[in-house]
Amino acid sequence: MTSSKGSIVKISGPAVVASGMREAGIYHRVLVGSLGLPGEVIRIEGDRATIQVYEETTGLSLGEEVVNFGEPLMAELGPGLISSIFDGIQRPLALLLREQGDFISRGLLVSSLSRTLRWNFIPAVKPGEGVIPGDVVGTVQETDRVLHRIMVPPGISGKIREIRPGNFTVEETIAVLEDGFEIKLMQRWPVRMPRPFKNRLLPKLPFITGQRIFDMVFPVAMGGTAIVPGGFGTGKTVAEQSLAKYARADVIIYIGCGERGNEMTGVLEEFPELRDPQTGRPLMERTILVINTSNMPVAAREASIFTGITIAEYYRDMGCQVALMADSTSRWAEALREISSRLEEMPGEEGYPTYLATRLSHYYERGGRVVCLGKEERSGSVTIVSAISPPGGDFSEPVSQSSMRIAGGVWALDSDLAHRRHFPAINWRMSYSLYTDLLDPWFQENVAPDWPRLRAWLMEMLQKEDDLLEVAQLVGVDALQDEQRVVLEISRLIREEYLRQSSFSEVDACCPLQKQVWMLRILCRLNDFLGESLKKGNPLDGLFHHPLLLEAARMKEHPPEDFDAFGRSFLSRIDAELKKGAVSG
Amino acid sequence: MDSSPSRLLTREYQSAGAISGPLLFVERVQQALLGEMVSILMPGSEIRRGQVIELSEKHTVIQVLEDTAGMSLSNIRIRFSESVAQMDLSIDLLGRRFNGSGVPIDHLPPVIPEKRLPIPGSPINPLARAKPSHFIQTGISTIDGLNTLVRGQKLPIFSGAGLPAKEIAAQIFRQAEIVEAEREPGEIIRKSGDPHKFAIVFGAIGIPFREAAFFIEAFEESGVADHTVAFLNLADDPTIERLLTPRYALTAAEYLAFEQGYHVLVLLTDMTNYCEALREIATAREEIPGRRGFPGYMYTDLATLYERAGRIKGRKGSVTQIPILTMPDDDMSHPVPDLTGYITEGQIVLSRELHRKGIYPPIDVLPCLSRLMNQGIGKERTREDHREVADQLYALYAQGRDARRLESIVGAEGLSDNDERLLEFAGLFETRFVNQGRQKRTLQETLGLSWELFKTFPAERLARIKPEFIQRYYKQPAK
Repeated sequence: MTSSKGSIVKISGPAVVASGMREAGIYHRVLVGSLGLPGEVIRIEGDRATIQVYEETTGLSLGEEVVNFGEPLMAELGPGLISSIFDGIQRPLALLLREQGDFISRGLLVSSLSRTLRWNFIPAVKPGEGVIPGDVVGTVQETDRVLHRIMVPPGISGKIREIRPGNFTVEETIAVLEDGFEIKLMQRWPVRMPRPFKNRLLPKLPFITGQRIFDMVFPVAMGGTAIVPGGFGTGKTVAEQSLAKYARADVIIYIGCGERGNEMTGVLEEFPELRDPQTGRPLMERTILVINTSNMPVAAREASIFTGITIAEYYRDMGCQVALMADSTSRWAEALREISSRLEEMPGEEGYPTYLATRLSHYYERGGRVVCLGKEERSGSVTIVSAISPPGGDFSEPVSQSSMRIAGGVWALDSDLAHRRHFPAINWRMSYSLYTDLLDPWFQENVAPDWPRLRAWLMEMLQKEDDLLEVAQLVGVDALQDEQRVVLEISRLIREEYLRQSSFSEVDACCPLQKQVWMLRILCRLNDFLGESLKKGNPLDGLFHHPLLLEAARMKEHPPEDFDAFGRSFLSRIDAELKKGAVSG
Repeated sequence: MDSSPSRLLTREYQSAGAISGPLLFVERVQQALLGEMVSILMPGSEIRRGQVIELSEKHTVIQVLEDTAGMSLSNIRIRFSESVAQMDLSIDLLGRRFNGSGVPIDHLPPVIPEKRLPIPGSPINPLARAKPSHFIQTGISTIDGLNTLVRGQKLPIFSGAGLPAKEIAAQIFRQAEIVEAEREPGEIIRKSGDPHKFAIVFGAIGIPFREAAFFIEAFEESGVADHTVAFLNLADDPTIERLLTPRYALTAAEYLAFEQGYHVLVLLTDMTNYCEALREIATAREEIPGRRGFPGYMYTDLATLYERAGRIKGRKGSVTQIPILTMPDDDMSHPVPDLTGYITEGQIVLSRELHRKGIYPPIDVLPCLSRLMNQGIGKERTREDHREVADQLYALYAQGRDARRLESIVGAEGLSDNDERLLEFAGLFETRFVNQGRQKRTLQETLGLSWELFKTFPAERLARIKPEFIQRYYKQPAK
């Protein structure tokens, strides 16, 4: 690694221009000034390079030195990532805390992975075996639930000359190839470059979230991309956090990109306490946090997304199902805009640079389900759930629009629902999923054959409700026919009792697929029940106070473990009531 | 801070090359620092102040805090201070009054510093933050009951021109107290905490004298003047100084909280004026404007203010912020309230409609939010039924407002029984729950009143509340 030096000729916010930088390349990593602030080259003109600096530039002065390392910003990938909490350029926050105290000061260069921690390495190949990129040479048990596969880095192949088991630090050599290449527990990868794979797969497996509105109504595939646009206070962060807690995935990467410090504290204090519903292990054992709060430097915020997705790809390459939550992509886009405006680039829409859509699509396309490199046949996926904070809650702005064009699932949040404390405040009129057709076969085979039919019924009821409410606005509810009031009542139950799901409820925060099906079956059956009872001449008001309806209104608090039995008995009780004929109110 | 080679001579330049609005372009400056404070020596004895905001070989750009009126390229000298803006700090700040850039205006000598800190502050390491979870009782039902404030939170008031935001703010600091739940379920509330460790930092940003005087008087009346630090940039004070005022205020607040162990309540008013000053500088620098001419980095800039609230593990004090802003034309999607709402932990929104109806405080609860509420309430902190009561009030009031809309179209005859009940509830909610006047209500009283209002409905309509709470609170006769 050769370094060259230049000096500062201009400072404007996070953008610094240095001269004497003829050897610098785009996205090369540099250290700026006597404090050694980390930065990245983003433009070159002659011997002048424009640098985005990852730390506050106050106090810098012209003529200070800029050191160029001649290599891009790299992520360190290896055992020790899980449970870590990094800032936007992969510095462990715990280490910053130890070195600098409670407030983050500047110019500290630290390793991302611990250099002293030892990991027990178990080889999976023998000397003399040939290996190609992506081959697993051995494993490290990183946490109880994550088996870390040590892979041959991309671009490297040959025959193993030596390999040994034992306890190693991430920098020690665990295997040597015949050409002398040393494989270590850790590899480095430039964050802005996607990691290679063999080929992409169609996303045919669902990304199961435990949230009814997502799984049943707008499902997203494993390896798919969902965006969650919503104005402030509509529950983006709570939705993202519920996903991070309850979604079925091997590894969760949560990027707090330009968001609130106190909210991150909630995550930091809550996650270690929380247990994974499937394994009962602490959630942190599958979680990596990348945190760059809104008051931390803006350029590091821009990098945080790439740091996060590179780590996600690395676990994907091992064959893991990875979910990446980015909260929020808009803040990342704003960082892009801020830097672009410092570069005095010609702006596109709303001041965003014209390459906004390109950058966004490159980032979203790093998600997906792929066949990993290596001789062994394995597949992994990165599912991206990306929160978007449109100004004024207006989805016509560029970040929302560019994201909608790429994403396969749109979970649109609605301030009106949020004001009513209807959470998750997903607007069922504006949201959509392009994955339903791909995923329905899986749901039918593995959960319930009537899955697509139930969803269609639910959407139909909500649509009918919309139409009826428009009429009711004009003539009053009392002027509606009884059949129509049944529709209103059942769709009210769908909204209130099915779609609404409190992330603070102990029983209901995570709803298994079977329970989702049964709840909807019950509502569907109640609809028939009300219709038929009406025909038999029962008065409507009595029916609306029927004990079965009242019970259905509380069914989500019924524990999921015996919901099958509960659902079955509920349906037969409805049938019994119907047989009785007259219904008492 | 940053070390730079010491220089023997005072660096003074007469090489101003251009003056444009509040900006001064000085040529051939050696070794200026980004953020460095400068003095501008005018003809005669007048001295104005400025700050370096951009450096290049061609020129050094200085934003002048005061007006540039009367400056010419030849009649001024610029003296560089060799340090970025810093503030002298000590416990003696309490009870003092400063102008918008930290100079005493109470005819008392300057504070003798125990510590000197740069005013932009540094971000708190997210790992060092302690979770804000201590309920602050403000005595206002719509806040305590529905949008609970906790220590270390930043909860702005979104106001409109002519709405009583300052009265509400004054009421909050007059009544605010920390209370803790007793361990017995169902019962509250006991005062705790050391009252002497409570301080108010007041940052007036471009507000008229009348409003500033209102606050100063309110501090004195309620006997907290000794525990107040005021930074006053009034409407006729330099515009660009407004960019510094909240930073001085927050630096003082952080010092008092994290070095001296005080629980600090920071009032910043009016943030709309701050944002306009920011826009003024951005336009003068010919930056590409964003929405409504505000600069694209306004979110980041506001975040460096609002994020200076919170608690730190292992330190005693806390910084709680109540910024006030005026929504131009009552428009909540205007960039100032919009970006604020994306950073702060909720918002309290005032409504002109309620104000016209004579309701005080005219807080429209539907768009209000406190994001940290759940951390500060519940069995261990306030009362077991707090969350569900709040959700139920919200749901019913939202439906009541729908019913009101319906009534205006179809008339009262077209309403169903249920709609009529909702209508009645919405009315009661506004006139009794919201409209509490200037008196203080404890949380116990607020919750009691909620249950009274619920009696408009049969128990089974209270779908958001657990049956056991209904059993415990609804079935009992009212006091």
